[in-house]
Amino acid sequence: MSQALADRELAAVIGLEVHVQLETDTKIFCNCSTDAADDEEPNSRTCPVCLGLPGALPVLNEAAVESAVKIGKALDADIPEETTFHRKNYFYPDLPKGFQLTQYDAPICADGELEVRVEGERREIGVRRAHLEEDPGSIQHEGGNIDTADYTLVNYNRAGTPLMEIVTRPDFRSPAETRAFLAKLEEVLEYLGVFDATRDGSLRVDANISLVPADEVGDDGDISEDTLEDANRTEVKNISSHKGAEQALAYEVTRQKNAVKRGREVEQETRHWDESRGVTVSMRSKEAEKDYRYFREADLPPLQVSDWKERIPIPELPDDRRERFRAEYGLSEEAASKLTSRKSVADLYEQLAAEFEPDLAATWVADNLLGELNYRDMVVADITDRLDEIEYVIRLVAEDELTAKNAEEVVLRRMLDEGESPEAIIEEEDLGKASGGEVEQAVAEAIEENPDAVADYESGDDGALNFLVGQVMGKTGGSADPGQVNQLLREELA
Amino acid sequence: MAELNAYITEERIDGADDGPLAGKTVAVKDNISTEGVATTCGSKMLEGYVPPYDATVVERLKDAGATINGKANMDEFGMGTTTETSHFGATLNPVDTDRVPGGSSGGSAAAVAAGEADLALGSDTGGSVRAPAAFCGVVGIKPTYGLVSRYGLVAYANSLEQIGPIAPTVEAAAGLLDVIAGSDPRDATTVDEGDDSNYAAAADGDVDGMTIGVPVELVEGADEGVVETFWDAIDELEDQGAEYVEVSMPSVEKAVAAYYVIAMSEASSNLARFDGTRYGLNAVEAGDYDDLSEAGNWNEAFATAREEGFGPEVKRRILLGTFALSAGYHDRYYGKAQDARAWIKQDFDESLDEADVLASPTMPVPPFELGEGLEDPRTMYLADANTVPVNLADLPAISVPAGEADGLPVGLQFIGPKYGEETIVRAASALE
Ligand SMILES: [Zn+2]
Repeated sequence: MSQALADRELAAVIGLEVHVQLETDTKIFCNCSTDAADDEEPNSRTCPVCLGLPGALPVLNEAAVESAVKIGKALDADIPEETTFHRKNYFYPDLPKGFQLTQYDAPICADGELEVRVEGERREIGVRRAHLEEDPGSIQHEGGNIDTADYTLVNYNRAGTPLMEIVTRPDFRSPAETRAFLAKLEEVLEYLGVFDATRDGSLRVDANISLVPADEVGDDGDISEDTLEDANRTEVKNISSHKGAEQALAYEVTRQKNAVKRGREVEQETRHWDESRGVTVSMRSKEAEKDYRYFREADLPPLQVSDWKERIPIPELPDDRRERFRAEYGLSEEAASKLTSRKSVADLYEQLAAEFEPDLAATWVADNLLGELNYRDMVVADITDRLDEIEYVIRLVAEDELTAKNAEEVVLRRMLDEGESPEAIIEEEDLGKASGGEVEQAVAEAIEENPDAVADYESGDDGALNFLVGQVMGKTGGSADPGQVNQLLREELA
Repeated sequence: MAELNAYITEERIDGADDGPLAGKTVAVKDNISTEGVATTCGSKMLEGYVPPYDATVVERLKDAGATINGKANMDEFGMGTTTETSHFGATLNPVDTDRVPGGSSGGSAAAVAAGEADLALGSDTGGSVRAPAAFCGVVGIKPTYGLVSRYGLVAYANSLEQIGPIAPTVEAAAGLLDVIAGSDPRDATTVDEGDDSNYAAAADGDVDGMTIGVPVELVEGADEGVVETFWDAIDELEDQGAEYVEVSMPSVEKAVAAYYVIAMSEASSNLARFDGTRYGLNAVEAGDYDDLSEAGNWNEAFATAREEGFGPEVKRRILLGTFALSAGYHDRYYGKAQDARAWIKQDFDESLDEADVLASPTMPVPPFELGEGLEDPRTMYLADANTVPVNLADLPAISVPAGEADGLPVGLQFIGPKYGEETIVRAASALE
C-alpha cells in the first residue's frame, strides 16, 4: 500500500475533538465555584464531591446542561429525549474518583454542523456529537517531566469544571480549515455566553489526521469509508489554540508526506504537540487500545431534555448578525464581518449606531477603537465602563467640534493609556475646534497683516489665498477647519 | 460488650436535646460517614480515615435527638454475609456466639440484639440489613430505592443499596425509618415519598383482608427447619384474616448471578477511588517505605496501596467486576445481568398485582457457624438468593423474627410494592 501511495498525490483528512470549558457559576456536580482566583491555594476550591471523598454523590448542575443545549442549537444538532451520564473508568492521579463522569450513548447533542469560510470558500463541518463531562484536576511535575520528576503535585481546584467535548466528522481537508473552524466555534460559543476564551486552558484540542490519495477525494471533499479505513490515523494531542492546531497539523502533513515519499508506512499512533519546539513527538507509551469499561452512572437519574430546545433561547449568532448589519446599516461585507466576529464588539457597535450615523459608528468601532485596543492588548470589555466618554468624543466629531484625527490620535490614545477623561484631555491639549468668532478674528488679522498677499489675490493669484489660509491656521493653532477658513477669506476679500 | 465485637469505633456522638429519638442510642454501620469520627468500612484501606462531613442520615439522627454510640462492625465494604471479612475481626452472634451474626451489617444487628444499642443503621445492597436481622432475631428494613439518602454512605454497589433501620420491634424500626427517609438535594436519586411519612403508625398488626403472595421459588430451596417455621408464620397470618396465594417468579432463578455481576461491576468502579492519593492507606504505609520516592511510579504506588489495603473478598469482587465490564465481555455479563434485572422487576410487578405483599424466608438457612462460609464463597453467595431479588427490583422489604428452628432465629421477609413501606410494616407487625 505505502509503495503505491508514494507515487500518488496525497490529501489530508482531519477530524477534531474540541474540549471547551463551560462558563457556569458552579462546578458540574457540586456547588464549588468555577471561578479560579489567581492566587488561590491548591485544593482550596474543593468539597467532598469534587474530591471524590468516600460517600459523596454527584448532583447535576442543570446550568451546564442549559449551556450544552445552547451549543446544540447553535450547531443545529439533535437534542435527545433524555440524556444520561456514564462512568469512564481509568486510574490517574488527577481523577479523584478513579472514573470520569461523561456521556456515552446519549450525548446531549448529536449530528450538528458548523459553517466556516476558508479563503472565500464555504465549508460545512459536520459535528458527530457533543457531550458534557467533568474536567479532572491538574497535575504538576516537580523537578522534571512525567518520567523524570522527583514527585508530582495534584490540584483538584479544576476538578469538576464542566467541559463540553465537541467531536467533528473527518471533514477538514487542510490545517487552515481547522484553524478557521476553531475561530468560528469560539465566536459562536462566545455569542452564546457559555465560554470565556481568555481563561487559561479553556480550549483543548485533539486532532486525528490521515493522508489519503488525493484522487479519492471528491470535488465537495467527500471521501469513502473504505478510503478512510485504509489510511493509518495519527492522533495529535495537547493543542491549545487555533494557531497551534494549524501549525501542529501542517507539521504532521509534511512529516507524513515525507514518510510516504520515502516508502515508509505512517504509524498509527498518538503524538504530542510540543508548541515551544513546533514539532509533534511520538508518545512513547504504546498502550493497547484503552478499555474504559463504560457503564451508566446510577447516581444521576436520566434528565428529560426533550423540550429544552424550545425552552432555552439563544441569541442571534454571528452569521445572522453579519447579514443583518449589512442590510440594516448598509455596511460592507468586510466591515460587517469585523464588527460581528465578537459579540461584545457587535453589541458596542449597535449601541453607537443607534446614536450616530452607522458609517461613522462603524469607522469608530472597526477602525479606531478596535485598532487602538488591539495595539494595547485590550478588549472591549476593558472599556465598557467608559462608553459615555467614548460617545462624548464621537459626538464632538459628529458635530464638527473635534477633528477625527485629534479624536483618535490624541484623545482616544490618552484615554486608553492614561485613563484620563476626554474633557480633561481636550482642555489640556487645547483641541476644541476654534469657535466662529475666533476664526473670523484671525481672518481679519491675516488680511490686515498681509497687504501684499491680499493684493496678489486680488490680482488673480490663487496661491496667495493658500498663503492666507496658512496664516489663519497658524493663528488658530490648527483648530480651525481649512475649508471654512478658505470660504471666509473669499467672502472677506470679495 | 467487647466480647461480641459489634463496634469498630466506640465513640459517642450527641444529638439534639429533644426529638423523636431523644434518649435513644443508635449504632451506625461503619460505612456511613460521621464527621470527625473514623469511618473504616471494615477495611484496612480506610483505617484511620476520618470524614470531614456527616452523611445525611447522620444529620437526621442528630436532629432527631439520637445519641450515636459507635460505628458498627461490618464485612469489608459490605462484601459478605457473615461480618467475617472485616479487617477488625468477626462479630459474634449474641444468640449463639459460635455463630455469625449475618452480614454485612452484622455489628449493627448484633448490637441491637444484645441490647448494646437501642437501634441501629445498616445498609442493604443485597440483603445486608435483612440477613443479619434474621440471624440475630431482630427487625430490619430495606427501604425502596431512593427513599433514604445515600449521601455519605460509602458506595459498594450504588444502583442497589439503601441505608435501612435495625430495631428490636417493627414499630421501632419503622420509627427510625421515619427519621431517615425523605428527599435530599445531595442525593439526586432520592424521592419525596418519604418526606412526611409515618410508617411507625402502620405497625398496627391489622392484616385482615391482606393478600400475601408466596413466590414458591423462594421457599423451595430453603432448609427444612426454616421452611417449617415460615409456613407456621403464614398460618398465623391466615388466622388473623390474611389471605394466602402462591405466586410464581421464574426470573428469580437468575437473581443471584445477575446480582453479583452488577454489584461486582459497580464495586470495581466505586472502589477505584481508594488509591492512597487523597485519603486512606497510602503507598508509603502500605509498602513500609521510607518515603514516596521508593514507591515507584504512580501505577505502582496505587497497586501497593490497593494490594495491602483490600482483603481477599474485596479483591475478588473488584477483579470479577472489572472483568464483567471489559470489552468483549461487557454484553455477555454486565449486559445480560441488566436484562435479568429488568425481567425480575417485571416478575415482581406481576406478582404484586396478585398480592398486597410477598413473603418468603429471609435467609434459606439458619446462622452459619463461625468460619463455615469463608472457605467457599459460592455457598455464601447462594445464601443471598431470597434477599437480592428485592434489591434488583428496587423494592422495599422487611425481615421480622418468625420463630426459631433448632433454637436459632428464623426471619420472615415481606416484600412490598414501590413505596409500599406501610404495607410491609403492617404485615410484619402482625407476627410480633
Ligand atoms: Zn466541589
